[in-house]
Amino acid sequence: MHELGVVFNIKQQIEDVAKENNVKNVTSLTIELGEVSTVVPELFTECFDWAKKKSEVLKNCKLNLVILKAITYCEDCKKTYSTTEFGRTCPYCKSPHTYLVTGNELKIKQIEAE
Amino acid sequence: MGQVRTILLNKSVFADNDARAEILRADLRKDGVLLVNVMSSPGAGKTSTLTSLINSIKDKVKVAVMEADIDSDVDAQSIVKNTGVDSIQLHTGGMCHLDADMTREGLDAIDYKKYDIIFLENVGNLVCPAEYDTGATMDIMILSTSEGDDKPLKYPLIFQKCNLVIISKIDAIKYFTFDLDKCIDNITYRNKDVRVIPISNKTQEGIEELSTFFLDKIKNYKEI
Repeated sequence: MHELGVVFNIKQQIEDVAKENNVKNVTSLTIELGEVSTVVPELFTECFDWAKKKSEVLKNCKLNLVILKAITYCEDCKKTYSTTEFGRTCPYCKSPHTYLVTGNELKIKQIEAE
Repeated sequence: MGQVRTILLNKSVFADNDARAEILRADLRKDGVLLVNVMSSPGAGKTSTLTSLINSIKDKVKVAVMEADIDSDVDAQSIVKNTGVDSIQLHTGGMCHLDADMTREGLDAIDYKKYDIIFLENVGNLVCPAEYDTGATMDIMILSTSEGDDKPLKYPLIFQKCNLVIISKIDAIKYFTFDLDKCIDNITYRNKDVRVIPISNKTQEGIEELSTFFLDKIKNYKEI
């Protein structure tokens, strides 16, 4: 829902990193995105492609979006399962005592620059 | 073409905001100012609830309000007119939430140290405000009876984050298919430590309980 805000935040962080490392042209950016991070990949890509044109260092940047699967752990039966398939209730023992292990990440993994 | 370099960052996009929010929370702690982040969907009654609550505590503690909206200053004007306490309007410039930097700017603009409690009325939205840490001391939310008792199941994050859920428009409950017990079950299913207070701004039901809750919070916060 807040893809544009996230993209502007990332743009600022990359511009800062580019300045610190004295690079003028960022050619690729790898973002790790969890399946249940609330950021929609298609919207994120659209926002990024729009925002990068406004940045000197990012205008030639290719976005590499890596989607991470969401996994939930059940504290009662100690099993893990797919979050997007079964949500917050354990499909094995129906327990509500579960927590998300991976899947809500939104990480700037790496950039390639010249 | 120059030489290509790979720079590994491995950094959460929210890390900067989270770090700044922690610093802000520590500063508020040091100055003994309780900052309350108030969240709800549009129209649940944030401004009306704050008006009722502030009028019942303003003689005992020093209160201010920061109103965050995408545009306009109708909420800030309404608070000043109906309570007489200091209020400032923050514009998020199109953003669907407030972050720690925006909150800090607002606090500096009202000279926050002179208050005991400051309410931050976040943008009306059940999704994005829950994702961004504002640096507030406590998070609360308002759910109105017209929205339905299933909302805690549909927007779990915001209900999980909150220390207090206010159920507003309780006087209108008979007009909607809203089951209060079921709603409380749905809230405590994911957040067993949460306090739930049903209120009505129209009849003032529950406002005394709400004001006691906050006066106790301020007292405990100052004693720590």
